[in-house]
Amino acid sequence: MITVGALIGSVELGMIYAILALGVFLSFRTLNTPDLTVDGSIVTGAAASAMLCTLGVHPVLALVAAFIGGACAGAVTALLNTKLKIQALLAGILVMLGVYSINLRIMGNKANLPLMKSETLYTKAEELFPSQWAKLLVGAIVLVVVIAIFFFFLKTRMGFALRATGDNEEMVRAAGISSDNMKLLGLSVSNGFVGLAGGLLAQYQGYCDIGMGVGMVVIGLASVIIGEVIFGTSNLLRRLIAVALGAIVYRLILAVALNLGMQATDMKLVSAVIVVIALSMGVLGESFSARKKKRGAKNA
Amino acid sequence: MLEITNLTKIFSPGTVNEKLALNKVNLSLKKGDFVTIIGSNGAGKSTLMNCIAGVHGADGGKILLDGQDITRLPEHRRAKKIGRVFQDPLKGTAFDMTIEENLSIAYNKIRSRGFQPGISKKDRELFREKLRLLDMGLEDRMKEKARLLSGGQRQALTLFMAVIARPKLLLLDEHTAALDPSAAKKVLELTDLFAGEDGMCTLMITHNMKAALEHGNRTILMRDGQVVMDITGAERDAMTVEKLIEKFEIDNDRMLL
Repeated sequence: MITVGALIGSVELGMIYAILALGVFLSFRTLNTPDLTVDGSIVTGAAASAMLCTLGVHPVLALVAAFIGGACAGAVTALLNTKLKIQALLAGILVMLGVYSINLRIMGNKANLPLMKSETLYTKAEELFPSQWAKLLVGAIVLVVVIAIFFFFLKTRMGFALRATGDNEEMVRAAGISSDNMKLLGLSVSNGFVGLAGGLLAQYQGYCDIGMGVGMVVIGLASVIIGEVIFGTSNLLRRLIAVALGAIVYRLILAVALNLGMQATDMKLVSAVIVVIALSMGVLGESFSARKKKRGAKNA
Repeated sequence: MLEITNLTKIFSPGTVNEKLALNKVNLSLKKGDFVTIIGSNGAGKSTLMNCIAGVHGADGGKILLDGQDITRLPEHRRAKKIGRVFQDPLKGTAFDMTIEENLSIAYNKIRSRGFQPGISKKDRELFREKLRLLDMGLEDRMKEKARLLSGGQRQALTLFMAVIARPKLLLLDEHTAALDPSAAKKVLELTDLFAGEDGMCTLMITHNMKAALEHGNRTILMRDGQVVMDITGAERDAMTVEKLIEKFEIDNDRMLL
């Protein structure tokens, strides 16, 4: 029902979205803040990466710039939240909006930046390793490195402090840690990886579009939730891999749905519905079991 | 060790809700002092503690701890010398992290938090050995998440976390109020065990007057943001709950329990 080519394509794309999902995981799960900056910072990363590639800069350096661009956007959100006491959700929305103009400027005031003639990480890989698996390999290597960084970082003293900040800010301050600094660090790193995902995405698809960020945070959340539900959360490494696999599963679902004749544009609605269902699981489960109990009592 | 002079705190100044929570409080603690604080609701006990810990900024006066003026220091910087246990057992630990990870966060309070491994083998041995002191079997559950612990176990763990980095001052804000009687007894025993270590000062708020007189070496009573009674030694030994009630016409049922 689905061609091998389409399958490989979905996995290739999924591995890029896995980096996005891991970034979202860091803010949503570790820091316990839904961060809407993502919709903007992913485009910042894509724009920086695409622009530098067209200028002939090495694609890896372009990805470093993508990370830094995304991290800056996240830092602004964190500062608005901690220093100016703007609610996290609103701070994210404000940065998402403001960054749109900056992204356009990075792209030289063009809404679309094609990378047809430029070297990217993917074209380099295909030169070096001419096979249909080259793109897959690039994605896999980058993803494994990112998961390893996440794993080791979250196991350091600093990583502990970051994780505790999402759990219990009062305890963290009582333990001599500035919760504000941890939020700054967490949101910067989170959006840094989102920017990296954007940069990689631009190089993969061969263009950067100013509108490509719409709904990315929801796709990220959906991936996190799908991954955790299917693959489990028993320990940190398993959880990180689960989140990454969640993003790949999401792309596969999309590929199948498209194959069955669904419009590509409808996928945003589907993403939103997935997240709604996943987030309401707790509430629905409770009322469901309550009703079941009631019915059981009536029957008895 | 702890030197508080003319400490003043006003909530919502300039509004109809203005409240003078601390009115020029003076308090001086010697090395190793264990002071219990009693007083009815709204007397300023918790405010005093929060001002010392840096949760609230002071509106006047000065706080010296271990020779350092901490009056204007942010909360997390003061925390290096202050250990705290809250009334709510949920507030003391990171619920989604393991017992040993929680301990590591507390243990590294006075160390740099960089890219070092969160827990080394040596740390783990130390934690295991020290957890045995609690006598709750936690030393065999170090890889379990903190949310699996009971209230009493959590509060014991929090207390342990508060003293593990050898602070100069330990602040206990009704840390046994949310526990059942046997757990409360256990946590109070542990409090006595830790309080005397290395000349650390301890301030303990309690609603239980009997406990206030039984634990520590000094008791103060607060009312309307001031210290109205301060007893130690023979005077304190002769004091009973009945006399306290008589003397201060305390009309709070909760304090009789």
